[in-house]
Amino acid sequence: MINYDLAVIGGGPAGMAAALKAKECGVEKIVILERAESLGGILEQCIHTGFGLHYFGEELSGPEYADKFIELVKQTDIDVKVNTMVLSVSDDKIVTAVNTTDGLIQIKATAVILAMGCRERPRGALQIAGTRASGIMTAGTAQKYVNIDGYMPGKKVVILGSGDIGLIMARRMTLEGAEVKVVCELMPFSGGLTRNIVQCLDDFGIPLRLSTTVIETHGKERLEGVTIAQVDDKLQPIPGTEEYIECDTLMLSVGLIPENELTKQAGISLDRITNGAVVNEMRETDHEGIFACGNVLQVHDLVDYVTLESQIAGQGAADYILGKNAGEKVYINTVPENGVRYIVPQKVNIKSKDDVKLYFRVGAIYKNKKLTVEADGKVISSKKKVKLAPGEMENVLIPADILAGLSENSTIKVRVED
Amino acid sequence: MYDIVIVGAGVTGAMTARELSKYNLKIALTEKCNDVAMGATKANSGIVHAGFDAAEGSLMAKLNVKGCSMMAETCKKLSVPYKNNGSLVVAFSDEEKEHLNVLYERGVKNGVPDMKIISKDELREMEPNISDEAVAALYAPTAGIVCPYELTIAATECAVSNGVEFIRNCEIKGIRTVADKLVLDTTQGEIETKYVINAAGVFADEIAKMAGDDSIHITARRGEYFLLDKSVGNLVSHTIFQCPGKMGKGILVAQTVDGNLLMGPTAEDIDDKTDVSTTNSGLNNVKTFAAKSIPSVSTRNAITSFTGLRAHENRHEFIIGVSDSNKRLINAAGIESPGLTSAPAIAQYIDGIVKNLFEGITPRDDYNDTREAPVRFRHMTDEERAELIKKNSAYGRIVCRCETITEGEIIDAIRAPAGARDVDGVKRRTRAGMGRCQGGFCGSKVVEILARELNTQVNEITKFGGNSKILFDKTK
Repeated sequence: MINYDLAVIGGGPAGMAAALKAKECGVEKIVILERAESLGGILEQCIHTGFGLHYFGEELSGPEYADKFIELVKQTDIDVKVNTMVLSVSDDKIVTAVNTTDGLIQIKATAVILAMGCRERPRGALQIAGTRASGIMTAGTAQKYVNIDGYMPGKKVVILGSGDIGLIMARRMTLEGAEVKVVCELMPFSGGLTRNIVQCLDDFGIPLRLSTTVIETHGKERLEGVTIAQVDDKLQPIPGTEEYIECDTLMLSVGLIPENELTKQAGISLDRITNGAVVNEMRETDHEGIFACGNVLQVHDLVDYVTLESQIAGQGAADYILGKNAGEKVYINTVPENGVRYIVPQKVNIKSKDDVKLYFRVGAIYKNKKLTVEADGKVISSKKKVKLAPGEMENVLIPADILAGLSENSTIKVRVED
Repeated sequence: MYDIVIVGAGVTGAMTARELSKYNLKIALTEKCNDVAMGATKANSGIVHAGFDAAEGSLMAKLNVKGCSMMAETCKKLSVPYKNNGSLVVAFSDEEKEHLNVLYERGVKNGVPDMKIISKDELREMEPNISDEAVAALYAPTAGIVCPYELTIAATECAVSNGVEFIRNCEIKGIRTVADKLVLDTTQGEIETKYVINAAGVFADEIAKMAGDDSIHITARRGEYFLLDKSVGNLVSHTIFQCPGKMGKGILVAQTVDGNLLMGPTAEDIDDKTDVSTTNSGLNNVKTFAAKSIPSVSTRNAITSFTGLRAHENRHEFIIGVSDSNKRLINAAGIESPGLTSAPAIAQYIDGIVKNLFEGITPRDDYNDTREAPVRFRHMTDEERAELIKKNSAYGRIVCRCETITEGEIIDAIRAPAGARDVDGVKRRTRAGMGRCQGGFCGSKVVEILARELNTQVNEITKFGGNSKILFDKTK
């Protein structure tokens, strides 16, 4: 058994930012456990630019953004174990992991930060009828083949789902000489960032067909085509709108799911909507000393926000380890109302000395509406919004002095209003 | 020249190959696909049936009941997971309740032990999630579950270890009878043999016809399934059948030996014997009928859906024996459900035929009817894991995170006798790629390991042989 003050599970942008923040706050023995060959997480295969505009004020590629943090980690005495897969996290914060050099490792940590990221929804969850040919893959898998392995996974491509990875891959495949025939989106709006729709589809003349889905795959060995169809407002295919599209590749970009297997195993409560842990404003789960941040907590659109969230978790873990989080705690719930799907954090300590930012997403596209925050029947803030979209995460600030005025029976509500 | 060529490496061919490998005979097991278990065996319910369905006095009934009684021991010898969980045929009306008596009586005549018709209350106690509409059930405690392709892979490994030659990508194009032998014209060249055992599944009629026997008529009967996540695997503990109809035993809800939940199959006769596509209507039917048994079942938890083809012979009977038209042809045709259950008994039955064909046949001294259990990292204790990684560090690298599969296990699967040659082959042998992400993360690593082990390029690796390549050329 090895002792650490802090064990960080995952060495992507979330894990690195959290570990660095904890270090900065004075935590001594920290280890990052990363399952891939190197730090960086999914950023390593995101060779397009657009990272860091908010956090660094400059436009970086994924690997460049990651490198900035990898360099900072190297300058500290944070231990890094790559090629290391965590098998379990126990209630008393014993982390069991394996790798090829140490074999089976057990780490006793004072605090644990969960930063395992997310995975893509696969085909099975979609229940598309048809053949089981090769050439059907998630956009992220295709991205790894192209950007890391250097092989083309297809030449004539249909993309289902207009999530950001799908949009990015539409452009990437086009630049590599493939023909991207169409991007189909089940919903009447795209879940991707507007800038990606413009830069990845519009600029290359790739059609985006909303309220359209793939209903069947064809081809016994390699994919030969797909049938697409329009869907009604209940998302059911409309008979008569079927259209056959010849293609050798179907890429799926139909949503991301936080990878919370370790979290579930440890018995930590999850939020039904985010599929991430239920946390307080320091990103601490309902298990004392276990924190969560980044895409394992909630799927973000921008890595910049992952970094900010992870710094909060790093700070929280440091306070916990160094005993600075003593003092009274009174937690109240944050409640998503009309139009708001979820809020992170789900709990807020009203005795918090700092302002607390609430992050959330809306469930549909809204134009010229107000975002209203209310507590104890009183409006705390109400901001006009020209546009709200599910693809873009929103946030509101709750000042510490407002929190101080609330009681244990209060709730903080956020809603979309006229 | 071979003594015997077994055509078709499904569960029937593989179990027969294992059985016959106890003799000093030169045997080949040929398969038209890139791996074993690629036809009817790959995609079926994985149920070990008790034996009350088949008609009294039929070969099907006899081999079913016998196979069921042999399965536990067979699986133990081959280190294949098997679970004796029992089955329930559920009646939803008084009329169906009457039918339970018919099944019960038939079961008694077929020699099925310990069956019992149970009341609604007993049923609810055994299966708390069963529909309120259920009125009674036939309980058969001898029924079980087994993974059909694991059994086939293990039996093939056992056969190959005992000297059987496995020839993959070997499609039979024609069969000539020349004096005292048969000459098979195949995609791997000409193969000469004294006897052919026809275990070609949905194609058994075509193989028989090539050898001059046109007495067999196989229809491919499509069956569609949903496989659900392990989180809902314990919705049922017994295999839940509905009352059987003309086309088969209806839609069942069952746990798999791996702990997933399986529901299906539909039954639809189709013309194309290679069409394993799923259909919207079929999958909808599965949903509807599964919910009739277990209302809380939901395809929201679906990991995948798939189609299997049953080799339905017009007579709905196993056609096993020396062909009347060609004495060098031994048919094992029409092996539809309960073919998996019957497989150990079919192999013995064929042994009974084969041993009389060869004069002075002798047993192998070194015959071993077992297969050593493959390494299963996910089932080990931490102490065992630590030991294992010390011996071979490849077991310290987790490739498939959802199912916790190590690189060592993948290498083992490729190097095994009749080992994996494609991504799906690795998946069936190790479960890499079978979890929640369905290979999203580990797929590319499996391709890399296959290419390295098989000494080829990643863009030569296929999903399941043929033209099912995964990658094209290098990027610009």
